[in-house]
Amino acid sequence: MASAAITLAADAPTLSAANTGFMLICSALVLLMTPGLAFFYGGMVRVKSTLNMLMMSFISIGIVTILWVLYGFSLAFGTDKGSLIGWNSGWVGLSDIGTADLWDGYTIPILAFMVFQMMFAIITPALISGALADRVKFTAWALFVALWATIVYFPVAHWVWGAGGWAFELGVIDFAGGTAVHINAGAAALGVILVIGKRVGFKKDPMRPHSLPLVMLGAGLLWFGWFGFNAGSWLGNDDGVGSLMFVNTQVATAAAMLAWLAYEKIRHGAFTTLGAASGAVAGLVAITPSGGAVSPIGAIAVGVIAGLLCAMAVGLKYKFGYDDSLDVVGVHLVGGVVGSLLIGFFASGKGQSDVQGLFYGGGLDQFWKQCAGVFAVLGYSLVVSAVLAFLLDKTIGMRVSEDDEIAGIDQAEHAETAYDFSGAGGGAARTSVTAAVGGESKKVDA
Amino acid sequence: MKLITAVVKPHRLDEIKEALQAFGVHGLTVTEASGYGRQRGHTEVYRGAEYTVDLVPKIRIEVLAEDDDAEGLIDVIVKAARTGKIGDGKVWSVPVDTAVRVRTGERGPDAL
Repeated sequence: MASAAITLAADAPTLSAANTGFMLICSALVLLMTPGLAFFYGGMVRVKSTLNMLMMSFISIGIVTILWVLYGFSLAFGTDKGSLIGWNSGWVGLSDIGTADLWDGYTIPILAFMVFQMMFAIITPALISGALADRVKFTAWALFVALWATIVYFPVAHWVWGAGGWAFELGVIDFAGGTAVHINAGAAALGVILVIGKRVGFKKDPMRPHSLPLVMLGAGLLWFGWFGFNAGSWLGNDDGVGSLMFVNTQVATAAAMLAWLAYEKIRHGAFTTLGAASGAVAGLVAITPSGGAVSPIGAIAVGVIAGLLCAMAVGLKYKFGYDDSLDVVGVHLVGGVVGSLLIGFFASGKGQSDVQGLFYGGGLDQFWKQCAGVFAVLGYSLVVSAVLAFLLDKTIGMRVSEDDEIAGIDQAEHAETAYDFSGAGGGAARTSVTAAVGGESKKVDA
Repeated sequence: MKLITAVVKPHRLDEIKEALQAFGVHGLTVTEASGYGRQRGHTEVYRGAEYTVDLVPKIRIEVLAEDDDAEGLIDVIVKAARTGKIGDGKVWSVPVDTAVRVRTGERGPDAL
């Protein structure tokens, strides 16, 4: 269908090697975010559940890749059915997609668009895992990922980005996934933890991050990959919008990191590493929906507001007593809502479209549209995810036994431990090396 | 014989080691330890959640000495370990019945 249009219409898009190359690189960048997320989360848990946290992300790469090829792409981006879901039987298993077929209206192959969007479908369920640290059976999680992708992510991606999807047609702006990815995952996390409950010892036992360097490494990989996520979402560089998105991604992230650090310094007396990493991620989340619509100055505002609000929001779990273990709600849900709603105020009319927000003379029209998108996705994801977790809990059980959770889920579910601290290769050797090196460079300590 | 045990600040290890070598000590055992005395712990903050960390990293040094050397050795360790600030640690000694060099089977002071 698309190839026929190309030969008939003189001004129809033709394949751009530059755009296609860019999109394949962006796809690889977005894939890298999921291992990045795994390390970001993995460093934040205690030693005994590090591997489980890493695996919760990695298993999503396996499962969602296959589902996306089998039917996910068709459900999300196939021909619209009633503004709620898509379907193209020829896309099942990618069977009827030719290498020369272009994504409708663009200069890249359908295959390039398909694989780029696949990476979004992979990371979204993985984002949820941070709220479920230390306590969820791996088989239950794997089933949850498959079911959640099918009945929550694929439809919501269609609503927001699919031609004919209701939010897309309403004019809800979600450049790269503030609504479809971050609000969606954050609301799902809240729904699931309300069903499965807290970790053993929540609010009583110390649950310090076991490796902040891993968290920083993960945040760095996320930041790097996020350029593909955001700038790639314009699907080409025939105008400057992708570049604006790239710039705003950097600007908002920097601003949010500084805002979070400033808040922490004033409130808690220190500039923490975890605060820097968290602030950066909050900024990335908030600029994801809005970066194509706002100016770079607007991006600073979005970043600062998101950094401050997320820094405040992460404390709410202790107040309300829900165990959002690694603050998926506090960072991704709150950051996503903030970024999506701020479009209603900061849209400049000079980016992806001429839509203007309240501060640029456009009134509140866009704000109300954003609210519709935000709260519909939030509500749908929250309720369906809670029901899904409830059904899995009543059938195969969502949680590992309390004994296994206390002893460590890594050994119970994966038959491995993350670090070997014992024997001659561990602590003893490290001590002697310290002594040997220190003996020669004594002045350093003195 | 005496077993002298010192639990001290980790960054004093090299000073103590050199002082002991200068004194003529041929061997010692070092272990990473944690604990607290009057120093108590410190507070850490993670995303606004404050944790009191009671146990502070320490180094535990163990040296075997002949009875006549013990007091002098303790003085050497104390001098090298001292920073004058709270948390400098403790040194103590206890009597030892016997000691054996594993390789040769030598016993008593000969094994030191």
